[in-house]
Amino acid sequence: MKIQVERDVLAEAVAWTARALPARPAVPVLAGIRLQAAADLTLSSFDYDVSAQARVPVDAEEEGEALVSGRLLAEITRSLPARPVEITTDGARATLACGSATFTLLTMPTEDYPTLPEMPPPAGSIGSDAFASAVSQSATAAGRDDTLPALTGVRIEIEGETLTLVSTDRYRLAVRELRWTPARPDLSAAVLVPARALADTARALTAGAEVSIALALPGEEGAGGEGMIGFEGGGRRTTTRLLGGDFPRYESLLPKQVNAVAELATPSFAEAVKRVALVAERNTAVRLSFSAGQLVLEAGTGDEAQAEEVIDASFEGDDIQIAFNPQYLLDGLTALDSDITRVSFTESGKPALITGKPAPDEQPDFRYLLMPIRLGG
Amino acid sequence: MTRGGPGRGPAVPDGAASPDRGPVTGEPVPGESVTGEPVSGKPAAGGAAAGGAAADSGCRILHVDMDAFYASVEIRDRPELAGRPVIVGATASRGVVLAASYEARAFGVHSAMPVTRARRLCPQAVFISPRHHVYAAVSKEVMEVFRSVTPEVEPLALDEAFLDVSGAIRRLGPPARIGALIRATIAEQQGITCSVGVASSKFIAKLASTHSKPDGLLVVPADGVLAFLHPLPVAALWGVGEQTGQVLARLGLRTVRDIAEIPVGTLQRELGLSLGAHLAALAWGRDERPVVSSTPEKSIGAEETFASDIDDPEVIRRELLRLSGRTARGLRSAGALARTVVIKLRLANFTTITRSRTLPEPTDVARTIYATACALYSAAGLDSRARLRLVGVRTSGLVPASRAATQLAFGERPAGWRDAERALDRISGRFGTDTVRPAALVTGQPDEPFPRLSAGSHFQAPDESARRPPGEPARRPPAESARRPPREG
Repeated sequence: MKIQVERDVLAEAVAWTARALPARPAVPVLAGIRLQAAADLTLSSFDYDVSAQARVPVDAEEEGEALVSGRLLAEITRSLPARPVEITTDGARATLACGSATFTLLTMPTEDYPTLPEMPPPAGSIGSDAFASAVSQSATAAGRDDTLPALTGVRIEIEGETLTLVSTDRYRLAVRELRWTPARPDLSAAVLVPARALADTARALTAGAEVSIALALPGEEGAGGEGMIGFEGGGRRTTTRLLGGDFPRYESLLPKQVNAVAELATPSFAEAVKRVALVAERNTAVRLSFSAGQLVLEAGTGDEAQAEEVIDASFEGDDIQIAFNPQYLLDGLTALDSDITRVSFTESGKPALITGKPAPDEQPDFRYLLMPIRLGG
Repeated sequence: MTRGGPGRGPAVPDGAASPDRGPVTGEPVPGESVTGEPVSGKPAAGGAAAGGAAADSGCRILHVDMDAFYASVEIRDRPELAGRPVIVGATASRGVVLAASYEARAFGVHSAMPVTRARRLCPQAVFISPRHHVYAAVSKEVMEVFRSVTPEVEPLALDEAFLDVSGAIRRLGPPARIGALIRATIAEQQGITCSVGVASSKFIAKLASTHSKPDGLLVVPADGVLAFLHPLPVAALWGVGEQTGQVLARLGLRTVRDIAEIPVGTLQRELGLSLGAHLAALAWGRDERPVVSSTPEKSIGAEETFASDIDDPEVIRRELLRLSGRTARGLRSAGALARTVVIKLRLANFTTITRSRTLPEPTDVARTIYATACALYSAAGLDSRARLRLVGVRTSGLVPASRAATQLAFGERPAGWRDAERALDRISGRFGTDTVRPAALVTGQPDEPFPRLSAGSHFQAPDESARRPPGEPARRPPAESARRPPREG
């Protein structure tokens, strides 16, 4: 193999591919990134659950392939000067030269490297920026408790031209709806994708304009990549194993009618919560009291430090006092992406619905449902 | 090492013999101070009090431990037993030895041994059922003696405590003298003996009292700690049980000196970061733990020794249910919530397994404790034929309920199990414990017909809250309304 490639192009492709490198590889070859040079350079990594591949244009003098330490390659390409990079292989060694620097890397046997999973058939596509922001919003409520694996995922529901992305950790629920272009107008499916991998993928795929989502649906005989979801865009692709388990039925949790609605300026609300929460020790609550025209935020107890702040709020309905985990509340406000926050209540022991203020006659496309904290004995 | 005291039996030195002595006073007590070179192995002369001031300087921690406490109390009350092997323990089929006099210990009897085994080892012993209220009363007075010396008293059990005597030295004299005073006062007031360790740290003080038993006093001077500690076997270190002992034996470490001399990193690699560091520190006599005068209640739990070994998982789960109920009641009556649930499983061969899990939210709900205990029991992966002798449920990480906040989760009913269980507490308070209990724990005649109810018909109506207009309080469980009209608040 002998190729020349631009430094930035190589560094970005290596960084993308390195995301699927396992932290503790089950077999040594999985610690490697495979380089395959033909008309293009294809970089691959795989940890049995996630695979990643990038394809970049190169000047290939000589075709070939090599398997080198992925971690080392990522660190090296990140640090190279902005000059063209030349990669050559010679027996058990690969040489990477860039400007005045030369690195010689040991290679691993490529024949031991596993075959990457086949990409499932395409299900549809969506703008990469819209997808990334929707995923980041909807992953807000995903759980981190590995003993409840189904809650560590984002549920992707496909219903024709509507995608619905949902996550919940039992304490809050994040639901984001958006439009996409399905491969078939009658497409209907729901899958559960690991939230962390999905969020990383969506962010990294913003380099291209569009993201194509590939899905092997149950019952589609003969299609490859069963139990997988694939994402592709801008010369990069990745597959992720789907999560099993039952996702909770969440539709009935969203309140049909509410008793009170508050609207607040998002930045001042979020800042007040952050300030007041300084005295809320781990796991303790911020207490919110809504009444006409104002919100009183309090935290801390008589035995310890206490904080109080009053901010303006437009409020309609019965006065309500309700307490929340400050971090959960802030997570929601951060995810909103709206200047005005609307909080809808039924009662203080029931979840509150947090949304942005939608345009007249429109439904908010992102909903964050938060369970309160019950105080005292 | 040096042992003080005139010998066996109630040690009342001359100077301490005033009959109406109440709390410890500053009277001089000749002959009891232990001094000299405790590490030399040569007994120092009992009266060498002059050197004592130097030997015990910096030794501000005392560990006081009653000798064969329960047995000593019984012998005190029945003087005809003096000099005979006396064993205190429940005489039921599965009882264990709670205390054994030194005469009985000579036959190999020790605490926690099954009574049946003790009977085989020492058939001529006098076996006595425990009289816990008597021991508790003696213990209370003994602790009062300690508190008359210093407010810094940390009781470890009914019969032992750490004292920090820093603040009493000006009033009562050097630590060794204070130890002697305590021994004399207790012997005189209670008619039982105790042993005292005097050292610069809790760990060494406790070792010292053990080494001076029975009826002795040992001072380990600050500069003699290593000479005292290093020849001891590794098991002397606090934290070295059977398992750790085996790991250390495999490494060829037999004495404390061996542990002190190998690199900390090696210990940590073999035993884990915290235990490795802990043992390395102890092996050099480093123990910074202060005497904590009032230890808040650290855990609440219950355990049960079966009348015969049990291998039926269903019976064991039922026992876990009962113990979880008792534990939760204990938590609620203490006004506490617990963060961690621990189960203890003792196999027929006395191997003891403990497993713990920390909950996302602290709880006082039997149902939650039971679910966690069952999960821990399943995860312990006991062989289906493993026979259990004892099961226990314990909760720790206690927080006051008044300050606890509960993050609600989707799908939970606002008036859930907690309210139901609290209603049961009130019924128990009025009509007696176990008036109402889980169906699995109802023991009736097996053939007694009882009405079949649909599962949890009262508490589980899933759509009850949905039907209720907003703002109206949740319906109380029927048990509550049957008692009296619901109170506000």
